[in-house]
Amino acid sequence: MSVIGTAPTSALTARGGPRPGAVARYSKSSSNTLVLLLPALLLLLICFVGPLALMVTRSLSEGIGTYHQVLTSDAIAKVFGNTIRIATLTTLLCVLLGYPYAYAIKRAGSKTRVVLTALVLMPFWVSVLTRTFAWVGLLQDTGVINSFLLSHGWISDPIALIRTPWGVLIGMVHVLLPYMVISLMNAMSSIDSSLLQAAESLGASARQRLIRVFLPLSVSGIVAGCVLVFVMSLGFYITPAMLGSPSDMMVAELLVQETQRVGTVRASAIGILLLLGIALSYLFVRALQKLPSVMRGGTA
Amino acid sequence: MNRQAFTKVRTAEQPGSRVPEDIRLSPRFKVPFRHVMLGLFVALVGLYLLLPTIFIIPMSLNASPSLGTMTDGWTFRWYQQLFSDPVWGSTALVSLQVGILATAIATVAGTLLSLALSRVLPQFRVALQGMSLAPMVVPPVILGIGLYILFLKLDLYGSMFGFVLGHAVLALPFVVVSVTASLAEFDPAQEKAALVLGAQPRQAFVRVVLPQIVPGIVSGALFGFVTSWDEVIVSTFLTAPGLRTLPVEMWTQSRTTLTPVLASLSTLLMVVSTGALLLVNMLQGRKSRKKGKRS
Repeated sequence: MSVIGTAPTSALTARGGPRPGAVARYSKSSSNTLVLLLPALLLLLICFVGPLALMVTRSLSEGIGTYHQVLTSDAIAKVFGNTIRIATLTTLLCVLLGYPYAYAIKRAGSKTRVVLTALVLMPFWVSVLTRTFAWVGLLQDTGVINSFLLSHGWISDPIALIRTPWGVLIGMVHVLLPYMVISLMNAMSSIDSSLLQAAESLGASARQRLIRVFLPLSVSGIVAGCVLVFVMSLGFYITPAMLGSPSDMMVAELLVQETQRVGTVRASAIGILLLLGIALSYLFVRALQKLPSVMRGGTA
Repeated sequence: MNRQAFTKVRTAEQPGSRVPEDIRLSPRFKVPFRHVMLGLFVALVGLYLLLPTIFIIPMSLNASPSLGTMTDGWTFRWYQQLFSDPVWGSTALVSLQVGILATAIATVAGTLLSLALSRVLPQFRVALQGMSLAPMVVPPVILGIGLYILFLKLDLYGSMFGFVLGHAVLALPFVVVSVTASLAEFDPAQEKAALVLGAQPRQAFVRVVLPQIVPGIVSGALFGFVTSWDEVIVSTFLTAPGLRTLPVEMWTQSRTTLTPVLASLSTLLMVVSTGALLLVNMLQGRKSRKKGKRS
């Protein structure tokens, strides 16, 4: 994805196209290059392109009516609406929690920086299943948080945390926050701290330095992080299935149930629609990113 | 985040303005309020990130059968139950086999692809790279349904080979990202130099290129293996009653009742993966120290 994917791409292109001297040696061995590509291409063709193409044909196997049925169903529309709502809220919360966190990593001393970075990377080494189990134990009516609050007399009845949208948000933000922070860290690391000093010496207040200097320079990271988190949360299955209520079902769970109980025709159609939605939101953001440079006459 | 760290940052940022020790400690140079607030906020976010990882351990040790109740005294009963149930060992073995085979396929295919990427025309390169990273972007549920349809047709549904293929395509992007990154750091002039000095292309590759990208290959393979080892969603679509991976078994059991046995298994897996992480870090540390001595 963008965060992980752009680094090697840019590093490759930064070298300026093909390696110097490579053309002479490798053009005669273009068949060798094909041999090198073959295993990965075969794997992708069989296990990635093939399945997606099969889904398209399967979704159309009973005519275009399947799509009509999916698009006009109130129940499915509710699930899609709920998915978009949860994904939007997750993205928003990730920015709100992640931005100050990434900012602190940027400005902290080296020891604090190591601790904060380790904290944010650590969840990658604990499986989503484990973390979701732990959240169930923490959020349950008889769980850690409620029994702690009850025993201190701060509440008289357990707060409903699990099987609510709040439970889903707590679990999903926990899984996705690291992606947001890493994406923000990437963008912030290229900000020159002396710009902030310059702003300070020119009399800008702390708030002005943050809003008018630092924030605009980190916008690319915010956009990249938001796209990443939003798209990933659209396909979330384990966390919402475990921490949410059945009435707040998200698309992924609907797809699993549909496949297991009904069959693959309508499930394929829903899946293809979800994929189209993801592709569209990517294109939308890319168009949005190009907009300022177009308005300035395409020079930037 | 502590106050000292921020004072350090502030003073380090202004090397020109030498502040005498006594003035720095005077009230005028106190840590700004907004830094205290930021520190507090960051500490809370850190706690939130840490919370589930910390609490899964006591959850696995408490006698109460309801996960998260901490009042019933402590016991190793859940661990005993874990080890007496053969299903965990057998599914872990399946996971291990699938993981190793899938990682092997993904590592070979991904490394070869990354090597080829530097040799193809730039416009193809972007397309190839995009396609090899695509399995990371597509929601696993969708890929799962697609593979389910395909494997039913090919009669691979519920087979070990099906699992391996499905996991290999999920692991591939991690290998490609990691190996392309290490190739980008490699100076191609070295390979040219080896060729000029009379090395056969094969020799130049094995003795000059390969040793330098091995760290990238290893870390890509590691990420790929972890991906396969933790994978639940695609696997649920490929699982036949006779063949289950460990995460699928955990997920299926948790859907009926979430017992502390699952917490104890989670703790065990966490300890193993943390140990592996520390081991890798130690090995890398030793290697870079060796390098440091040599140069």
